Amino acid sequence: MGRRLKRWLAALTALIVAAMWAFPVYWMINSSFLTPLTISRLTPTFLPFGGTFQNYRNVTNDTPFFESLKMSVIVVAVALVVCIVFATLAALAISRFRFRGRRTFVLTIILVQMLPAEAMFIAQYKMISGLGLLNSLAGVSIIYVAMVVPFTIWMLRGFVAGVPVDLEEAAMVDGCTRLGAFRRITFPLIAPGLVASGVFAFIQVWNEFALASVLLTDDEVQTLPLWLRDIAQQSNLGAPEWGQIMAGSVLVAIPVIIFFVIVQGRMAQGLVGGAVKG
Amino acid sequence: MSTATTSMPDSDSPTTRRGRATQLPYWLVVPAVAVLIVGLAYPMGWQILNSMREYGLRQQFGEAAPWVWFDNYTALLSDGFFWTVVVRSLVFMAATALATMTIGILLALLMKAAPTWSRLVLQTALLLAWAMPIVAQMTVWSWLIDARNGVLNYTLSLLPGVDMVGHNWLEQPLSFFFVASVIITWASVPFVAISVYAALTQVSEEMLEAAQLDGANARQTLIYILMPTVRPVLIILLLLQFIWDLRVYAQIQLLQDLGPKGDDYDLLGTYIYGLGIGQGHFGAAASAAMIVLLITLGVSGFYVRELLREDAN
Repeated sequence: MGRRLKRWLAALTALIVAAMWAFPVYWMINSSFLTPLTISRLTPTFLPFGGTFQNYRNVTNDTPFFESLKMSVIVVAVALVVCIVFATLAALAISRFRFRGRRTFVLTIILVQMLPAEAMFIAQYKMISGLGLLNSLAGVSIIYVAMVVPFTIWMLRGFVAGVPVDLEEAAMVDGCTRLGAFRRITFPLIAPGLVASGVFAFIQVWNEFALASVLLTDDEVQTLPLWLRDIAQQSNLGAPEWGQIMAGSVLVAIPVIIFFVIVQGRMAQGLVGGAVKG
Repeated sequence: MSTATTSMPDSDSPTTRRGRATQLPYWLVVPAVAVLIVGLAYPMGWQILNSMREYGLRQQFGEAAPWVWFDNYTALLSDGFFWTVVVRSLVFMAATALATMTIGILLALLMKAAPTWSRLVLQTALLLAWAMPIVAQMTVWSWLIDARNGVLNYTLSLLPGVDMVGHNWLEQPLSFFFVASVIITWASVPFVAISVYAALTQVSEEMLEAAQLDGANARQTLIYILMPTVRPVLIILLLLQFIWDLRVYAQIQLLQDLGPKGDDYDLLGTYIYGLGIGQGHFGAAASAAMIVLLITLGVSGFYVRELLREDAN
């Protein structure tokens, strides 16, 4: 009896905590569908979905939303493709070969992840502006690839190491070239890892704010996080249009939430993986 | 660190697994190394050099930057305000990281105790919060704490004798940092809770049953069986929280957007930004950034050793 009561209490607590944690997200979505009049009332509207798309229409029409979306998509695509290719090659090298300098390389990959972006962005800003690449796709992409490549290598290393070398060697005995063995055997087997680390890199680049705010100062080339900050800031000058700001927040958050659900298990694994068995 | 690098010299032997030398691995790491050199090593080098030079507004317009060696560092370290910001950042880091760990561990234990269906509800809720982009987190929370129409002030005012409507949570520095800490804790707890829960599920059932047969109560099981097993995960998570909470820039910057301006609302990230990009004192900003880097490395040295051990396994 005491045991069942305990389980019920645990369930109840879990539900209350869940409601608390999800509330800001719920509030964002709910407010994004309310009219300015409803929002400006002193009594908040708790019930879901006022049912107007007005905020979404306004925020996409009156602001450079689509330009920012385009910029975000291009930056993410470039950074992602380059990062995945570079990281796969490097992951193959460190998990398939023992070579002079491997240890140093692995150490660098780990150390670099410790670098606080906040302690680097002044220097990165000076370098990019020195190259004349401020407000350019190339400038921000270089920095983003350097930002996500170390973790991607580290994550992929685990997946490559999980594919037995024997499989590749068997294929090579059967007449495959090294490249062929990789393409036919290893690549399909690490595909889930590529998806997982790709999504992780996507989320980091899509959400990145600090570097974007110094490297993309021009309104024409801002990414979505900068766009969202901009509409929140402009709105703060007068009476904030919370409905529109929430609609903008939903637009920025939705892709991440979707991708997040896809890889959630792997994220925790990738970051602290191996800690238990070690 | 140096002991870690020298402990495995055998892995550096210049042979492949088949025992003959090859250039292939070098070609495979070239692209990644190149991008790290351009994106990180070069700026880092610039930063080290310019932290020892006078590099201010005049140098921006082409004047030569004279070497001042450690003048920037001594100027910073003898500046009382810099220390205020350092101490403030460290306190903020410790408070936020400890709150995150405590709540995260409690939620992980709750997930273990709760029936599956309620656990899934909780995990989904945590995932939603975890997935929120930083800028969206900040816009949503600034709406929640909005002085006039915010739901927080409204709800608090429902308590008898409390009237919070119109209260500005960001006006007092202490309240400002409290709000920042709550938001960051809210956003970081899901990762800790889900990771600790994953680690807890790896504790074998047999071990728990054996403990039960030997008459261990819930508290003893927790202290003597569960916690030692997940200790490595907890240590790594704590260090990650320390590192992440020391480098909060976006959250503070975005909260400052809402009104509060000035030194009293700065942590190290916004302080360096203000020094460098704000005022153009790039030399001083570079040396401040180097100091932050040293603090971070001091905090994370242990974590690096753990990861290296994992690679060796």
